[in-house]
Amino acid sequence: MVQHQHTHLDTSFAALSDATRRGVLEQLGRADASISELADQFGMTLTGMKKHVGILEETGFVATEKVGRVRVCRLGRHPLTAEAAWIEKYRQLWAARFDALDQVILEMKQKERPRGRKRKA
Amino acid sequence: MAANGKPDPATERNETTVERKSARELVVTRIFDAPANIVFKAWTTPELLQRWWAPKSYGISFIACEADVRTGGTYRFVFGHPSAPEPMEFIGRYIEVTPNVRLVWTNEEAGPDGAVTTVTFEESDGKTRVVMHDLYPSEAALDAAIESGSTGGFGESFEQLDPVLADEALKKP
Repeated sequence: MVQHQHTHLDTSFAALSDATRRGVLEQLGRADASISELADQFGMTLTGMKKHVGILEETGFVATEKVGRVRVCRLGRHPLTAEAAWIEKYRQLWAARFDALDQVILEMKQKERPRGRKRKA
Repeated sequence: MAANGKPDPATERNETTVERKSARELVVTRIFDAPANIVFKAWTTPELLQRWWAPKSYGISFIACEADVRTGGTYRFVFGHPSAPEPMEFIGRYIEVTPNVRLVWTNEEAGPDGAVTTVTFEESDGKTRVVMHDLYPSEAALDAAIESGSTGGFGESFEQLDPVLADEALKKP
């Protein structure tokens, strides 16, 4: 069960590793959109956007449907769609904080160093 | 994950990992290249805290950073962001402060549905694994936090974040 969920999350995170794809999910969270609308909005070619939407469709994050001559995209039934997107956003916030914390810690260590005693490993 | 004693490859590379451990728990993990007393000090000294809690890449700045870090003490963080009309305030109480080991605080800005945050500092070989554990009062409360889209940071949406990053990049000589 837990293992299954991990695999699920790995695939989800891979699909969400791209800023454009995350942006597409955010956009579709607000309203459905056609591939060409998404391409326009993200300043991409139609082919490029089709590729991103394809990856999101494979993981179940996005579902598409042909309506007349337009392919409409909406959020898929992936149970983790909203959750994975939020968790990734949350992770990015903490990763940014912790990168800054690394700097603070480095300076604190340098200040301590003159004592020259090696800490117990 | 680390329960079997094997190092987690992700955290070995000092990566930040986030996992929804259960219906009402969220766990953030990161390893720091310093002993626990240094890492703990950086979490509990307001002057140090405000140097990292509001990441520059997010365009966030501290307006107030008050933290009386002792059991029963309170904290109040106020942030500003160029795109936010109003400052954002985070308040709560420290319910446990065990130097270099454990820090527990409440998150009360959003009322009774806020999480209780427990941070543990585990030192090994001169490095410190920090595990930050958010326990929500109910599954519904965590689901609501996720649905709100708010992560407690600024630059909440990616659309908002990207121009900020672009701005930062432009500022570089």
